[in-house]
Amino acid sequence: MNEKELTLKALDLRKVVVDMIMKSGGGHIGGDFSVMETLVTLYFDQMNISPENKDDLNRDYFIMSKGHSVESYYAVLADKGFFDTKELVDTFSQFGSKFIGHPNNEIDGIEMNSGSLGHGLPVSVGIALACKKDNRPSRVYTVMGDGELAEGSVWEGFMAAGHYKLDNLCAVVDRNHLQISGSTEDVMTHENLKAQVRSFGWNVIEANGNSIKAMHDAFEAAKTVKDKPTCIIANTIKGFGGGEVMENKASWHHHVPNQEEYQQIIDAINARREAVISE
Amino acid sequence: MNKIPNRQAICETLMAHAKNDRDIIALCSDSRGSASMTPFFNEFPEQSVEVGIAEQNLVSIAAGMAHVGKKPYCFSPACFISTRSYEQAKVDVAYSNTNVKLIGISGGISYGELGMSHHSAQDIAAMTAIPNMRVYLPSDRFQTGKLIEELLKDEKPAYVRVGRNPVEDIYSEDNIPFEMDKATVHKYGVDNEDKVVIVACGEMVRPAVDAAKILEDRGIAATVIDMYCLKPFDEKTLVQSLEGARLVISIEEHAPFGGLGSQVASVVSANRPIKVKQMALPDDHVITGKSKDVFNYYGLNAEGIVNAVCNLD
Repeated sequence: MNEKELTLKALDLRKVVVDMIMKSGGGHIGGDFSVMETLVTLYFDQMNISPENKDDLNRDYFIMSKGHSVESYYAVLADKGFFDTKELVDTFSQFGSKFIGHPNNEIDGIEMNSGSLGHGLPVSVGIALACKKDNRPSRVYTVMGDGELAEGSVWEGFMAAGHYKLDNLCAVVDRNHLQISGSTEDVMTHENLKAQVRSFGWNVIEANGNSIKAMHDAFEAAKTVKDKPTCIIANTIKGFGGGEVMENKASWHHHVPNQEEYQQIIDAINARREAVISE
Repeated sequence: MNKIPNRQAICETLMAHAKNDRDIIALCSDSRGSASMTPFFNEFPEQSVEVGIAEQNLVSIAAGMAHVGKKPYCFSPACFISTRSYEQAKVDVAYSNTNVKLIGISGGISYGELGMSHHSAQDIAAMTAIPNMRVYLPSDRFQTGKLIEELLKDEKPAYVRVGRNPVEDIYSEDNIPFEMDKATVHKYGVDNEDKVVIVACGEMVRPAVDAAKILEDRGIAATVIDMYCLKPFDEKTLVQSLEGARLVISIEEHAPFGGLGSQVASVVSANRPIKVKQMALPDDHVITGKSKDVFNYYGLNAEGIVNAVCNLD
């Protein structure tokens, strides 16, 4: 798929996310929207993963460390063919559903359970290390939130990945600058994030995380680096694509839209869609 | 007198298998010496992973490796691996169902002189409370070896606690009665009318056996249950042993809540009207000292068990 098709897909999948959240009455919509281009680029442009090779040890691996953005993750996996989108929207977070409000590896396509922050990077380090030992061609990806970086275990993971020179590992930080209490810089600053991660022996790339092309280029660049893991600081806008009503607002971390807001979001997505098509 | 601690038996068992199974991985958190795992690290460097003093990383990295088909064994003092990395054990191991074996070394009050930070008197309670986490406290080096042999055959999470010091042998090279997830029963003085049951795990099995021999001489029949499997708990063997008993004693190197005694009391009370006496460490800062001295101070020894049996009707 080309860049334009992937950009449209990322917009369309946001509609699935909104439908899931409207129907279930819960979810983490702000981060879902900021991380969507990262997920679409990974699953439809970068990773060697599909329902057909999901058990092949030589596949690529993705760990959703910011597990609360599960709605986006589910929507992408459904579109990739791991399960049915209608079943997802109808049952997400409903009583007895397998589509729990955080990733659940009893569902096809999901590698590991997450939800508690600060686990995805260390787990990915383990996967990458094992793949190295067995000379597997696999690449390992994980996505963390920027608020998540306050968890100490994240830095244990950064440290070990640098120590073991895991160049098959790529961690993305969804840098939307907002968390549930407000600005990440007010809650716990990461003003020097690039330098911090680099000092742990990592290659660091900054990119526009809401641009398919920018993320494509960043992932491609990461593949060329030897003896260092790569961290892509994906600069994003929380709520991106949802329009003025929700973009860049901490209060939309897990806000459930009312009907009027829902329509505004759908209109914003459609407007952006038209703009992309006419480009 | 045995000089081989259970942790060494684990290392030897893993080394015997690691030659032929390259997926066996040992991970340490600057703990290879404490874990008696230096020989493994020296002989199998490609199957060894050092994570530094970072227990959360230790367990998560192991879970990641297991996810790609490795068979990781994580070694760290029980006090740290059961609490510092508790959430990683819960989420990355038990919840994600990864084939990770957590080995808590120097468990209980092995580090008796080092203070509560280094005691693990809550690990049975903590680990048994996690769904999909099995919990084992083997008694001697022979049983420890058998347990590890069995754990190598499966692909499920487990937590194993062993102590730092050598434990007097209970079994022998050519006599290791062992069935996975089934307690081992020792009977003394079976013809005596006055019957008691002593349920023990880990380092407390040896004093339980010693107490049973003393009780036999005093005309009391004592059944000792080596309940190395705290979870799944061998309820059946315990219930079968209750027939005719007037007293059940549980003894453990653990806090008085959520450990062996709690499980024994729960099972016995659901089946028979028999008094249960729980012997455990206090719900308090444990007195400073070498573990044997600490056990003696709290009566966690053969004499303490005999006294409990003889002073309770």
